[in-house]
Amino acid sequence: MSDAADLDLVPAIATRREDALSGLSRMVSQGLGWARKFSLFQYPFVTACCGMEFMAVASARYDLDRFGAALPRFSPRQADLLMVVGTVNCKQAPILKRIHDSMADPKWVIAFGVCASSGGFYDNYATVQGIDRVIPVDVYIPGCPPRPEQVLDGILLLQKKIQAQPHKLIDRLPPGQPGQG
Amino acid sequence: MSKETEQILQNPAPPADALDAPFPSKRMHVNLGPSHPAMHGTVRAVVELDGENIDSMKLDIGFLHRGFEKSCENVTWTQVFPYTDRLNYVSSIMNNVGYSLAVEKLCRLEVPERAKYLRVLTSELHRMSDHLTLVGAMGLELGAMTVLIYCMEARDILWDRLTEIAGARLTSNYARIGGVARDMPDGWQDKVERTLVRVAGLRDEVDKLLTRNRIVMDRLVATGRISRADAIDYGFTGPCLRAAGEPYDIRKASPYLVYDRLDFDVPVGSNGDNFDRYLMRLEELKQSERIVRQCFEQIPPGDIVVEDYRYVMPPKPQVYGTIEGAMAHFKIVMEGIQVPAGEAYSCTEAANGELGFYLVSDGGGRPYKIGVRAPGWNMLMALPAMLQGELLADLIPTFDTINMIGGEVEQ
Amino acid sequence: MSKAAIQRLKERFPDAVTDPYEGVGGDAVAMVRKDRVREVCRFAKDDPALAFNLAPYITAVDFLGSDPRFDLVYQLSSTVHGHRVRLRVGVPAADPRVPSVVEVWKGADWYERYCWDMYGIRFDGHPDPRRLYMYEEFVGHPLRKDYSLRGRQPLIPERVVDEAFRGPGPAGRD
Repeated sequence: MSDAADLDLVPAIATRREDALSGLSRMVSQGLGWARKFSLFQYPFVTACCGMEFMAVASARYDLDRFGAALPRFSPRQADLLMVVGTVNCKQAPILKRIHDSMADPKWVIAFGVCASSGGFYDNYATVQGIDRVIPVDVYIPGCPPRPEQVLDGILLLQKKIQAQPHKLIDRLPPGQPGQG
Repeated sequence: MSKETEQILQNPAPPADALDAPFPSKRMHVNLGPSHPAMHGTVRAVVELDGENIDSMKLDIGFLHRGFEKSCENVTWTQVFPYTDRLNYVSSIMNNVGYSLAVEKLCRLEVPERAKYLRVLTSELHRMSDHLTLVGAMGLELGAMTVLIYCMEARDILWDRLTEIAGARLTSNYARIGGVARDMPDGWQDKVERTLVRVAGLRDEVDKLLTRNRIVMDRLVATGRISRADAIDYGFTGPCLRAAGEPYDIRKASPYLVYDRLDFDVPVGSNGDNFDRYLMRLEELKQSERIVRQCFEQIPPGDIVVEDYRYVMPPKPQVYGTIEGAMAHFKIVMEGIQVPAGEAYSCTEAANGELGFYLVSDGGGRPYKIGVRAPGWNMLMALPAMLQGELLADLIPTFDTINMIGGEVEQ
Repeated sequence: MSKAAIQRLKERFPDAVTDPYEGVGGDAVAMVRKDRVREVCRFAKDDPALAFNLAPYITAVDFLGSDPRFDLVYQLSSTVHGHRVRLRVGVPAADPRVPSVVEVWKGADWYERYCWDMYGIRFDGHPDPRRLYMYEEFVGHPLRKDYSLRGRQPLIPERVVDEAFRGPGPAGRD
């Protein structure tokens, strides 16, 4: 359900009735998008060298706080942005999936670094070739490790994406899904 | 805890009725899982708790195993450098230098003087950033976030200088077989000297904030203790071994590069607890600064790579102008440098201890085997023994001060 | 000084320590018989003239195609005298069992688990013979020369990613 494909961007011209947003819904969606994009609670799933650049991004010089994404929440229940920082190997993949599954909607995933995006240059028996083989990803930030400016660019890209997504005040599962009343 | 509390705990008053009787305590298993803020890199610690005390601890590693050795067996000797960068990723140049020393030992190459000084210089700058990272992370996990911000600032300005010489902040890929990749840019020396002054100022701030701080001392003094004999038996090296009282430093015991011409002290602790390991890092920051300044005074002008084109890429005018240059370039790029068959072990004093590279060559362009002796392994191995009977809260600073870097431990 | 250490080991164990030679760069190396490893190491640690007190670096090399197939390497060093010595133990593929030296140095523990995990060399008397890096469901020993570089064994099924071009094959295939 939380597949990135479902959270499509709001279409410029809606051809189906359920995709069309009325004026009020559009205002609500934009307002919610604004609120959600400027209050990202990240779960920094830090594994490797990119963690050092993550520490630098979160510190005083390349401040992540000015984008509203400062506070790390080390519990997946309280976070909405999963930043996978560093290499994920086959032993770590089930844990990553479990953490992603524990997070509540709406949630976004950033693949920070080239090892998380595509496995990096570790094309061997141990490394998952990109975390999108395990969980859906919204923004890929390449670099080994990416410069902090690149990371901030990735966060800004994610914020644009969040703004453009349709947000509702009450999210309902479409009928027929398990868990629906 | 205070003497009164200890006395009360040791001689509890007899229970008046069932309400006052002590609870039979149950052992609790707590999983400090692989994705945990205090487990640098990813280590799973399954801790068996008796109340608040750690009864036993089991460590599960392997969540960052990236197949360094197998990957390196499939690339050429010079293509291994980026892989070595990512071993101890906070002090990458030291890994590069260690690996290139091992390969040069096998090739029987002698590196020019200027290259040696440049290697020592940049290694010490990275050693400083490793210690700053450790002190910052330790401060953060003890709750002193200001210390993290100061240390990150100091590390950032050091990395700016390293970007100017090596090209990257973190994973520098600076050393080459036969020398170094790039020479110092103009004006770099003055910039570094001003940077060192600023880093020293930040280091003194951190010292003032942490060293005589009541809370920090309560948490670090007498926690995570290891005796000198145990430390040697577990194979500790580097600052953790010296904090336990054994004055063994490879830079003094078997000097390599130009360390025999440099004048620096080796601090040695006495208690082997977390506080001593933390103080070691601060002291080594001061010594590294001394080494860098002496390197700047002593560095001679000259080549930065050896002139042997079997191992080093020839300069571009020769590659495009002469047949020999083109052939040498082609052979190095396509087949890799041909390291003579044999085996060699070479070790250096990295920021964390003895970083050793064991190389086996079959005479070809690709390594047959690269083995890494990671300094952080031995400290991590001894962690359950160090924390036997300690409080759960002592796990956090102990994990910090042993400086386990996931990349080198899990290769 | 390291050569004198090798000489002393050879004098004490003339049948177990064989072929001392000087390797590249002055390394002092000797071959040790597989079943006498523990005694040789205990003597190396306890003898005051040798005093190899620091826990060694133990690794293995896979010479696929020659006999003995594996070469177990012990790098001993001493903080007392400052000398270093390398001991090589030939381990055949048919019987890859070596006595463990964990009783001599506590710090040899994880190195032996690494050799089991990556090469398949068993250590008799090791207190905790589990895999170190790979998960228990992993089949095979990755650093052996006949294990493929890209032989991934994923624990959870991988998502199919259609839209981007992916490099060499999905998991499980080389």
